[in-house]
Amino acid sequence: MTIYIDNKPYEVKPGKNLLEACLELGLNLPYFCWHPALGSVGACRQCAVKVFKDEDDKTGRLVMGCMEPVRDNLRLSIEDPGAKTFREQVIGWLMTNHPHDCAVCDEGGSCHLQDMTVMTGHTYRNYRFSKRTFENQDLGPFISHEMNRCIQCYRCVRFYKDHAGGKDLNVFAAHNHVYFGRCESGTLESEFSGNLAEVCPTGVFTDKTLHSHYTRKWDMTWAPSVCQGCSLGCNTSAGERYGSLRQITNRYNGEVNGYFLCDRGRYGYEFVNSDQRILQAAMRPHSNGTTNKDHILDLVAQKVKNGRTIGIGSPRASLESNYALKLLVGEDNFYLGMSDTDHDHTSIALKILRDGPVRTPSMQEAAQADAVFILGEDLTNTAPMLALAVRQAAQRKPEADALGQIHVAAWQDAAVREAVQDKHGPFYIFHTVPTKLDELAEDIRRGAPEQLARLGFAVAQMLGADIVPVTGLSQEDAALAEKIAAALMAAEHPLIVSGYGSGCDHMMKAAANIAWALQQKGRNPLLSITLPEVNSMGLEIIGGHRLDTALDVLRQGDADTVIVLENDLYRRADPHIIDEIFLHAQDVILIDHLYNRTAEKATVLLPAGTFAEADGTVVNNEGRAQRFYQVFVPKGDIQESWRWCLQIAEKAQIPALQGLRNLDDIDLALTNGMPSLAALQQLAPHAGFRINGQRIPREPHRYSGRTAILANENVSEPKPAEDVDTPLSFTMEGYRGEPPSPLIPFFWSPGWNSVQSVNKYQQEIGGHLHGGDPGIRLLEPHLNGGPHYFHEAPDTFVPIPGHVHIMPLYHIYGSEELSMYTSGIAQQAGEFCCLYLNPEDLAQWNITPGNWVTIDLDHHACRLVATPNHWMPRGLGAVSAGMPHSPVVDLPVCVKLQA
Amino acid sequence: MFSLLRSMWLVFLHTFHKRETYQYPEEKAPLPARWRGRIALTRDPDGGERCVGCYLCAAACPVDCISLQATEAPDGRRYPSFFRINFSRCIFCGFCEEACPTYAIQLLPDFEMAEYDRQNLVYEKEDLLINSEGKYPGYNYYRVAGMAIAGKDKGEAQHEEPPVDVRSLLP
Repeated sequence: MTIYIDNKPYEVKPGKNLLEACLELGLNLPYFCWHPALGSVGACRQCAVKVFKDEDDKTGRLVMGCMEPVRDNLRLSIEDPGAKTFREQVIGWLMTNHPHDCAVCDEGGSCHLQDMTVMTGHTYRNYRFSKRTFENQDLGPFISHEMNRCIQCYRCVRFYKDHAGGKDLNVFAAHNHVYFGRCESGTLESEFSGNLAEVCPTGVFTDKTLHSHYTRKWDMTWAPSVCQGCSLGCNTSAGERYGSLRQITNRYNGEVNGYFLCDRGRYGYEFVNSDQRILQAAMRPHSNGTTNKDHILDLVAQKVKNGRTIGIGSPRASLESNYALKLLVGEDNFYLGMSDTDHDHTSIALKILRDGPVRTPSMQEAAQADAVFILGEDLTNTAPMLALAVRQAAQRKPEADALGQIHVAAWQDAAVREAVQDKHGPFYIFHTVPTKLDELAEDIRRGAPEQLARLGFAVAQMLGADIVPVTGLSQEDAALAEKIAAALMAAEHPLIVSGYGSGCDHMMKAAANIAWALQQKGRNPLLSITLPEVNSMGLEIIGGHRLDTALDVLRQGDADTVIVLENDLYRRADPHIIDEIFLHAQDVILIDHLYNRTAEKATVLLPAGTFAEADGTVVNNEGRAQRFYQVFVPKGDIQESWRWCLQIAEKAQIPALQGLRNLDDIDLALTNGMPSLAALQQLAPHAGFRINGQRIPREPHRYSGRTAILANENVSEPKPAEDVDTPLSFTMEGYRGEPPSPLIPFFWSPGWNSVQSVNKYQQEIGGHLHGGDPGIRLLEPHLNGGPHYFHEAPDTFVPIPGHVHIMPLYHIYGSEELSMYTSGIAQQAGEFCCLYLNPEDLAQWNITPGNWVTIDLDHHACRLVATPNHWMPRGLGAVSAGMPHSPVVDLPVCVKLQA
Repeated sequence: MFSLLRSMWLVFLHTFHKRETYQYPEEKAPLPARWRGRIALTRDPDGGERCVGCYLCAAACPVDCISLQATEAPDGRRYPSFFRINFSRCIFCGFCEEACPTYAIQLLPDFEMAEYDRQNLVYEKEDLLINSEGKYPGYNYYRVAGMAIAGKDKGEAQHEEPPVDVRSLLP
């Protein structure tokens, strides 16, 4: 339809509000309370425009742009003097109590309030009286609080409570005393609290980790990056200054993370700055002068040449690094660097997604589902951003119902929420322990994972899946299965979620069966499977041998050297197994970035770049390949792992890797070697890509201090580093327009310094970025041929006398290796040495709660604190997974209890 | 012919004029207070550092010769942990002084900074910080800004009301 803005006709999409329409057309209209993901409430009165009755109407009336839908032939004016004065006065009022502290405010330079104040033309404070003040609160290690700066837009509580389901941030007091905070000081409980820093248009909530090494947005060197915290692969922008990584911000991707990030992703970057980093190539035993990189490479190459070398890959290393290692050691000598359980889970997930007929949704598609069934996952802890998406999905059905009754637009947030109240759509959770999403669920079932998987199989069977019937269900269970089957059948886009979270692969199988059966019934199901790590899927696609077979090869003496890629092996299998690998291996060459337990034992250390110092590609849980880019040139010998492999190969004269120099070369070798990855060639522009002959600058045009940063070392400035791998430059020189979507280092637009400038990069507000969202899906459903159901449901869980079956419990803070180097995350991590057991089991085995118990792990005694947990069924125990000092690594496992 | 003689006369008259030439370096030229010379970091009336590390001077600098790192003292005051000016690049434009919201960075009437070694033109914070309020005596940023520091709590800055009791229902 056509609307006229300041007498110029524009084509707009129906169903939008005027503010969205104006922003979509690239026009500047100030706003505060409206947020593309949160909708409109009309609280701030900032987006006022004049609307005219017809062509002859010269007076018009003021309306709030965010509250007025577009109509055909609507005439409005942004530039109307009345509207402009109104907006300027409104911001004048909003600023009456704003403190005089931009200089010490962390938001300064990326502040929406600054931008909007300049945009409206408000320059001097006319209000002559005193300013109202507030006391601040301590909100924990992630978020700083400075209430004086508040302009009462309500975005924080709308995000925190309404969108993310938080309970402990609220609005207090009344009239001009309105206060946003907790009822008392304390750490914010939500896993999405970090988004407050971006959602708040001013500096009330700011990033506390940034504060500890504060740098303005314009002073950082940015690069497009991908979060390494879990398998979802949220897009981030990483900023560096003075050689250390300063901040992670959200990088909008209309298919993956949208506008938000979880706290593990936002704050889990501090390992990059850790003093545990390996900076120089080194070897053991230290002999005179052998730390020379070339000398060490020569020795390593000699080892590789002998042909008795095996390589161990890593799910936290890029596709390129894993593939380079695979070619370096030879296909037959490449082992997957994940625990055997993780490998089993990932291979089943890959099989389901690649060979099955059901599509796995992107996160934004998952948020559109109208029924949700979660099997054995605590999403908030295993895939946090998917939990946020699923939260939105729970609202879809009541929202649709409400919209049918009250006839308002979907973006009328307050009206829709009022109509929905606390209703939820069909939402079912099967998990052993309570999860944060339980509050949304219509029905919850607890029990041993095998038991729950059986119930899942029963649901599939009721949906008509061709599987062996599940017998022995209680009447109650059968009724529940029937209810869930009916609810899923009634939904348009039911979402089935499962994954690695309960350590039971039957959960994934049950989820696949259900999704496939729904597909056969003509529904459009979505199937989401979570995976353990950032590149688990990528590593599985590349493929290799199981980790335990590596030990056999070493034991038999078929190999004597191990190259370990970005991996702490002690997190992959129980310590005694890894100790044996080190015992049998003559040399262990570790290419990694942190000095961990594996580095302690390695004979050669080659410093690898982290995600901030390397280029690479990772594949997320939906099979979406995404590229992360080097942010800065690191100190010492640090370089990409794949580059180490190429340099070793060069010296060892490995034919498959000869002549490869940069990222494009290794990607070409990868796509040639693995036709299933051919799409990677279209993933992002190649290194030779230029716009008007120019590179894309990593630094904003206001970047400061170029001639002073290194002047203390040498007053003559060094030549800036050159990037041979990508079209990005390490300087502020280059093309200043909008780069292609995979290469956007940071969002900025004239007059829009904050992250809100993302509006200017989108095809449609809240839609895809110009030129399509970055990332390429490698897995599409196999539509021809029916599903190959998993026929056998698992056996009923029966406790074995004297034994306990230990399942893993994952935590958003603690279960992931690298994020634990951030002190705020380590502070909030769960207990690592607790064995959760049913109180009746404890009583039966005469164990006093809180006492140490010894378990027999593969004939190795290991001690844990017995902790009663009444959610554990008899005979089942649980241990927090992935904790740094956890004695039990490969979970689940069945162990014998020793008194 | 006449103009020639006139010019010679005028030149002759200059013999009796006051000398404009200063016998530098024996004799120093008087510089106006607003002369844009050596850059210094000043202190506020309490003797605390005025610089709060806001990075505006660095951003304003057209030759990018200022770099610093902001940090926070235990008493809540922000200050630069290092502050470096590369005077071999500085063009003494004074933009940094104009940009400074706290009157910390000031250009002083002093131009005698020549060095034989260019490296010596790199000034660190200890070279820049002076024990003076410079050209703007009496100004104390923290008395104006709403940020709390030790000795000045919320509501104690100029034109501020005491903090609101959010638990009160009174109007």
